[in-house]
Amino acid sequence: MREIEAKEVTKTVSRLFQEACYYLPQDVVTVIKKARDAEESPVGREVLSRILENIEISAQGEVPLCQDTGDAIVFLELGQDVHIVGGDLYSAINEGVRQGYDEGYLRKSMVGRPFSARTNTKDNTPAIIYTDVVPGDKLRIIAKPKGGGAENMSRLAMLKPAQGRQGVIDFVVQAVDEAGSNPCPPVIVGVGIGGTVEKCVLLAKKALLREVGKPNPDAEVAELEREIFRRVNNLGIGPMGYGGRTTALAVHVDVFPAHIASLPVAVNMQCWCARHKEAFL
Amino acid sequence: MAKKISLPLNEETLKGLEAGDDVLLNGVIYVGRDAAHKRLIETLEHGEPLPFDIKGQTIYFMGPTPPRPGRPIGSAGPTTSGRMDSYSPRLIAEGLKGMIGKGMRSEAVKEAMTKYHAVYFGAIGGAGALAARSIKKSEVVAYEELGAEAIRRLEVADFSVTVVNDIYGGDLYDEGKAKYRRE
Repeated sequence: MREIEAKEVTKTVSRLFQEACYYLPQDVVTVIKKARDAEESPVGREVLSRILENIEISAQGEVPLCQDTGDAIVFLELGQDVHIVGGDLYSAINEGVRQGYDEGYLRKSMVGRPFSARTNTKDNTPAIIYTDVVPGDKLRIIAKPKGGGAENMSRLAMLKPAQGRQGVIDFVVQAVDEAGSNPCPPVIVGVGIGGTVEKCVLLAKKALLREVGKPNPDAEVAELEREIFRRVNNLGIGPMGYGGRTTALAVHVDVFPAHIASLPVAVNMQCWCARHKEAFL
Repeated sequence: MAKKISLPLNEETLKGLEAGDDVLLNGVIYVGRDAAHKRLIETLEHGEPLPFDIKGQTIYFMGPTPPRPGRPIGSAGPTTSGRMDSYSPRLIAEGLKGMIGKGMRSEAVKEAMTKYHAVYFGAIGGAGALAARSIKKSEVVAYEELGAEAIRRLEVADFSVTVVNDIYGGDLYDEGKAKYRRE
């Protein structure tokens, strides 16, 4: 049994959210640069150049990349030989969010009673936490601030199994088409196929954590990703919706078995500002 | 070449703007998003005056991050405009001439823009650090209790936007998409 102090978790979560909101991961920057060089639309190229300029300004550490510093999503991979001491794990994470959003001058965007009063919780808690228990004695923490604009354009469909592969492709392409300029394209399209309703959506969200543009290791799924990617970029929406050949930077699909009656498909939309940071304790 | 424009918008300026134009805004803009819009409309419904004179003005749909000491504002990019669609036509009828945001507008908003002569500008979503560079001054002028959603008055210099919807019914989203669509 390895012991990890709850206060270490708090410190780490605070640091990860601050870093995520100022420094875009290098893999994301690289695909945006590639897209800028390949984009046919002059307006689209201009938008991508300004996005790259924004990334440079933010990396000076004074002003966050985007004013929507998101809801605080935390993915944990908790080694089964880890023992958290000195406090409870989820409280430690929420304290980390509280401190990070305060110290990092990040916007607090969570509201309580979302259907009525919509009162700001003032510290961006509660965090949205998912935990997987894994072998080993480490704790992996992934902090993912997720903006509301792209999240709002996400979709779920319980397709009929008869709709099959083509049904999946059509649904995902339609979701991106209807989202249009709203989710801050170029987007990364996270797709989940299979499982139950909630499993499917979580697959789509977790697919966004993959290195951008890295294909699924399964050849059939990778081929599906390529086909959706081609169709999505043929929509013509382009950077910020002003028209162009770069509507998506990548399409990431993850798959799980499903019930004999079901073919769930989920689309979790990610704006170009695909922020996440991780650490191992 | 981007067109430099002085705010508030007048009829002559509005007539010279077309969907797709790059524009640099100079002068005063007001900031309001979901909660502030809801309050503005409730104020009008109660027959009370708005907290600022809206005639000729431009509203930026935005909720900034808190500023670091010595800075007028934090990150300050646009939010999704569609959430303001149910409020905007009423404000346009009251004299609002410009809106800045990102994402598609409803038919009702587009009709109000051609009928009363108002324009919709797109700013680059997510590029809040870049946008902040053009904001020289920021003060809360109403609904301070709404925090990041309070109404602010900004002074901007060469604030970069693109005309998405003009007074003639032009729509950059439709035109751009049609141009680059492939089968």
